[in-house]
Amino acid sequence: MRTYNWRPSASIEVLKQRALVLQKIRQFFAVRDVLEVDTPALSHATVTDEHLHSFSTQFTHPFLPQASTLYLQTSPEFAMKRLLCAGSGAIYQICKSFRNEEAGRFHNPEFTMLEWYRPGFDHLQLMTEIDELIQMVLGCDSAERVTYQDVFKQYLGYCPLRATLADIKSLAGQYGYAELAANENNKDTLLMILFSQHIEPNIGQDRPCFVMNFPASQAALARISPSDPLVAERFELYFQGLELANGFHELTDGAEQLRRFKQDNTKRQSMGLDVMPIDKNFIEAINFGLPACAGVALGVDRLLMLALKATKIDHVITFENSRA
Amino acid sequence: MLDGEPCNILENEFVKPGKGQAFSRVKIRKLISGKVIEKTFKSGDSVEGADVLDTELAYLYTDGEFWHFMNNDTFEQIAADEKAVGDNVKWLVENDTCTITLWNGVPIIVQPANFVELEITETDPGLKGDTAGTGGKPATLSSGAVVRVPLFVQTGEVVRVDTRNGEYVSRAQK
Repeated sequence: MRTYNWRPSASIEVLKQRALVLQKIRQFFAVRDVLEVDTPALSHATVTDEHLHSFSTQFTHPFLPQASTLYLQTSPEFAMKRLLCAGSGAIYQICKSFRNEEAGRFHNPEFTMLEWYRPGFDHLQLMTEIDELIQMVLGCDSAERVTYQDVFKQYLGYCPLRATLADIKSLAGQYGYAELAANENNKDTLLMILFSQHIEPNIGQDRPCFVMNFPASQAALARISPSDPLVAERFELYFQGLELANGFHELTDGAEQLRRFKQDNTKRQSMGLDVMPIDKNFIEAINFGLPACAGVALGVDRLLMLALKATKIDHVITFENSRA
Repeated sequence: MLDGEPCNILENEFVKPGKGQAFSRVKIRKLISGKVIEKTFKSGDSVEGADVLDTELAYLYTDGEFWHFMNNDTFEQIAADEKAVGDNVKWLVENDTCTITLWNGVPIIVQPANFVELEITETDPGLKGDTAGTGGKPATLSSGAVVRVPLFVQTGEVVRVDTRNGEYVSRAQK
């Protein structure tokens, strides 16, 4: 049953702080000559990642006999990369992103994303720029940098890259996930639960922490490291228990990108999920040429939670979803 | 149902890496043994639902050991123990209708109405002239519950409270 509540879930004071933080972010990019862009929230194609669920809707064109399906974007990544291919140079965007099946203390089905791309940067250079932005907004110390492999070994005693599925299953068993592990044959799923529950709470407490070199099996849209095929040039930023940002040294190989999308859809099929339409415009653009670049997506609402010491995402957004 | 016991979900924390599998970390109370445990499920996993029956019964009285309820249509009475009543004891108002969850005919959860009206038995007089209700003050209600009320509400008044979060809603309509 729906309950009604007309009041905002954030206080007016918080909304003033929020406006100020957004202003500072825009200023940060203005002085660095990064162009603000505004890409579509609705697209004919969407993300294939089996862990992301797009909202879809029907578009009735006044001149066409049949309606077509449009998807609300889970991030502005594909459209922004098409702009990079078209020669935009460095760009950023602050926009709403939409993810179905996500709600909780740190999740709202629509949320504000800050995403930016830096042609000519690798992920390490981009991490330095993110660090500067975070320090400006939060007034915190400079971030530390660790590798996924090192933190995993440090806190859980196993090398996540070389451990077998059986190793990780027994490790999960030791940490109280025996039942879940018994039926789970995807090593990454178990790594994700162990990482989020037993590593994330321990890192980035006093200062933000970049975790770099995620396993190649969790590469998403990052390139595989030329020096170590087991890891991807992907990083995440954590601070005080929150996952704040995810970034890549971007994959620029269109054939490899298409292969990963198709692989996602195969996984979707085996999981009984709908197969998603692959964004052919995006693939065509990469084939035309995506300049070597690094990019990152940062959760603005979570950044505000940290800035304002809020315990729930509801407290930094005007109307959390149940009131919307 | 978990290990043969009906369970109640106390807390459910949604966990999801930006790129990755979603989980639910659930805090569960086993309703027979009273044990509280934590479990992690993958999103989409399912467990057997408990075969329970919700009934609407009026609260009558307590003898200190049991809380007695009555079906106003059949006049059938049923007694719930302390485990079933739990923290909700502070929201029980005589003659108010509660939802009693039965498992094999035994009450395992007593859920008060979403809103109850209770008299304030004790609260500070508060500042005269403050009608904006900034901050508020604690007030003890006739059932023993303590809620924050606006400064202008006084001892002896009847207030309406949301039992789900223990928050003051308004003065009771006379």
